[in-house]
Amino acid sequence: MASQIARRVLRSRANEIFLAPSFSNPNSGRVFSSFDRSLSSAAVGSDLIRATLFPGDGIGPEIAESVKQVFRSAEVPIEWEEHYVGQEIDPRTQSFLTWESLESVRQNGVGLKGPMATPIGKGHRSLNLTLRKELNLYANVRPCYSLPGYKTRYDDVNLITIRENTEGEYSGLEHQVVRGVVESLKIITRQASLRVAEYAFHYAKTHGRDRVSAIHKANIMQKTDGLFLKCCREVAEKYPEIKYEEVVIDNCCMMLVKNPALFDVLVMPNLYGDIISDLCAGLVGGLGLTPSCNIGEGGIALAEAVHGSAPDIAGKNLANPTALLLSAVTMLHHLKLHDKADRIHDAIVNTIAEGKYRTADLGGTSSTTDFTKAICDHL
Amino acid sequence: MASRLVRRFFQSPPVVSSLLRSLSSVASPSQPIRVTLFPGDGIGPEISQSVKQVFSAAEVPIEWEEHFVGDKVDPRTESFLTWESLESVRKNGAGLKGPMATPIGKGFRSLNLTLRKELGLYVNVRPCFSIPGYKTRYDSVNLVTIRENTEGEYSGLEHQVVRGVVESLKIITRQASLRVAEYAFHYAKTNGRQKVSAIHKANIMKKTDGLFLKCCREVAEKYPEINYEEVIIDNCCMMLVKNPALFDVLVMPNLYGDIISDLCAGLVGGLGLTPRYSYSTLTSHMIYFSMSFLMILILYSCNIGEKGIVVAEAVHGSAPDIAGKNLANPTALLLSAVAMLRTLELRVKADQIHDAIFKTIAEGKYRTGDLGGTSSTREFTKAVCDNL
Repeated sequence: MASQIARRVLRSRANEIFLAPSFSNPNSGRVFSSFDRSLSSAAVGSDLIRATLFPGDGIGPEIAESVKQVFRSAEVPIEWEEHYVGQEIDPRTQSFLTWESLESVRQNGVGLKGPMATPIGKGHRSLNLTLRKELNLYANVRPCYSLPGYKTRYDDVNLITIRENTEGEYSGLEHQVVRGVVESLKIITRQASLRVAEYAFHYAKTHGRDRVSAIHKANIMQKTDGLFLKCCREVAEKYPEIKYEEVVIDNCCMMLVKNPALFDVLVMPNLYGDIISDLCAGLVGGLGLTPSCNIGEGGIALAEAVHGSAPDIAGKNLANPTALLLSAVTMLHHLKLHDKADRIHDAIVNTIAEGKYRTADLGGTSSTTDFTKAICDHL
Repeated sequence: MASRLVRRFFQSPPVVSSLLRSLSSVASPSQPIRVTLFPGDGIGPEISQSVKQVFSAAEVPIEWEEHFVGDKVDPRTESFLTWESLESVRKNGAGLKGPMATPIGKGFRSLNLTLRKELGLYVNVRPCFSIPGYKTRYDSVNLVTIRENTEGEYSGLEHQVVRGVVESLKIITRQASLRVAEYAFHYAKTNGRQKVSAIHKANIMKKTDGLFLKCCREVAEKYPEINYEEVIIDNCCMMLVKNPALFDVLVMPNLYGDIISDLCAGLVGGLGLTPRYSYSTLTSHMIYFSMSFLMILILYSCNIGEKGIVVAEAVHGSAPDIAGKNLANPTALLLSAVAMLRTLELRVKADQIHDAIFKTIAEGKYRTGDLGGTSSTREFTKAVCDNL
């Protein structure tokens, strides 16, 4: 009880310190909040970490169930708080996500999100946009590595793409100048670029990566991508043990399809990040196998499966839970539960490598439940 | 004289002007077509020599007008390319360009930029195809990327809003989008292609890419025999690395075109097996990029301008490390010249030379270093001439 109160006080204080002067000292908040988190997870034993779970639509509930099952078998000290997307628009959030759901993620600091089908229509924001804006999710991290046992044309992919997620080309600021002429604004700010660069180098350091590559087109877009690069260089100086390089995006794409082993950690503005992260997902076998994690201010981490809700196989016990499971593993790493994360990760990789239990999208015939059980057995 | 008047009267649509070009080129053997040739730097002169040799062996009715990049900046063009060179391309309507090393410095425009602006080159066409006998991870690539080359994200309009906040304008106009869409469908039709895919991100950039798509749809309606589809760029990249056979002709705005055309080049071997690259930040903003000779010298592209101007070029760099050593692979420049012949309506000759080149490569006996062989430029060229 006392530890819970202490945790809540520390967390809110960390949030205050972090959120107030956010661009003057981007480092301190993160240290605080991960320190805080280590305090809270060190008080483990009997204490469970609360994590918000959005099962989502379509195959979402089935694969969320898989995750819960695997985590139970692995005895991960997480207590899930499930939230569902509502039927009506909540005016406080202007979307189908309720204020309570968002508050829950803010409070818990971690969340796991299944695929959500965006309803068509007007008068509300898309669900992903709502989450991103309300939780201030500024970096999208997508680890891409070849899964042994699932053969694609590439065997040695092992890279992380870190994408700035708030500005750049996706600022949504477009207008018609005159009839037949339309303009779109691409915004790059020092603050956002520094923030994502800091996260990229911090990630590289804490995960034992030795190189960070900034992807850009500064030879053409000299001021915007130039500013992004300048910020990356500033942060690179603070991490002399990590190699830093800059690669033009078209060359980067060419190198990725020729030899993806050349890359380690990639940090990029929004649009290039979108393209490159999906390209890398394609290299390792598609979105059904790719984990993804969104990092927000205050150390919030929202892991998500980036594939769609696949309504055609919903409820038929055919879905592949790998993407959501791997995203959950990323979430565990963020929570510093590295042992558990590695155990579950190895179990997943071994199950797929063995080849006996594979879902349809990987060329097998197993059902979701069989696959999940196989993973639990491998733990 | 009368034909010249008629030509000037009908100048704008590229379809009609290529028709007129065929009228003028029918008068072939006695009246050769003049084509401007920029041999370029590094390996440029050697491979240009190959092209000239193969063309004379095939008896192509072309007269080359060579121009070189000068040492001094010409104030009329603000670059090292002289006004005379540009006028020559404008007059002849066709040009072949070898690799040109971009000099570093200020006070002048880059050579490519100069050509593009002065000649109004609005489309860049880059065919990507698996090279027979040269194994990469992808065997059945056969697609063409058509990239809008004048506006979009590369308009160069950037400014600082306040300290630490910079804006860049992406411009899409109806005119430029229609123009490139027209060219894409026309290309698909005349080259027997079945599908045109427009690549976009209109779910996010609704107005700009939305306008581009609207223009593509308008043009698609005029070509009901050609399949038309729209693919979001991130899905496109994923599909390209998983199964490039899904695509045929891709039409895109400037930035996506840049990315996708280089991605496709990578699929077929655009860089050698151990790519080496170097970069250096020379001024506070310019980043100069060069690639070593380990790049495959196969890929070419065609830039199309208003009034049917064609400037075909080899995509690779000037490879200064193998310049003058008789090691360079002339295939890229040869294929550019073949593409140029097609737009000049000399299809029979074009096919003849094209088949000879691919036969030589597929045979495998004569291959240059970049494709894993040991032949010299001259040996390879002679083999192609023999295969004609």
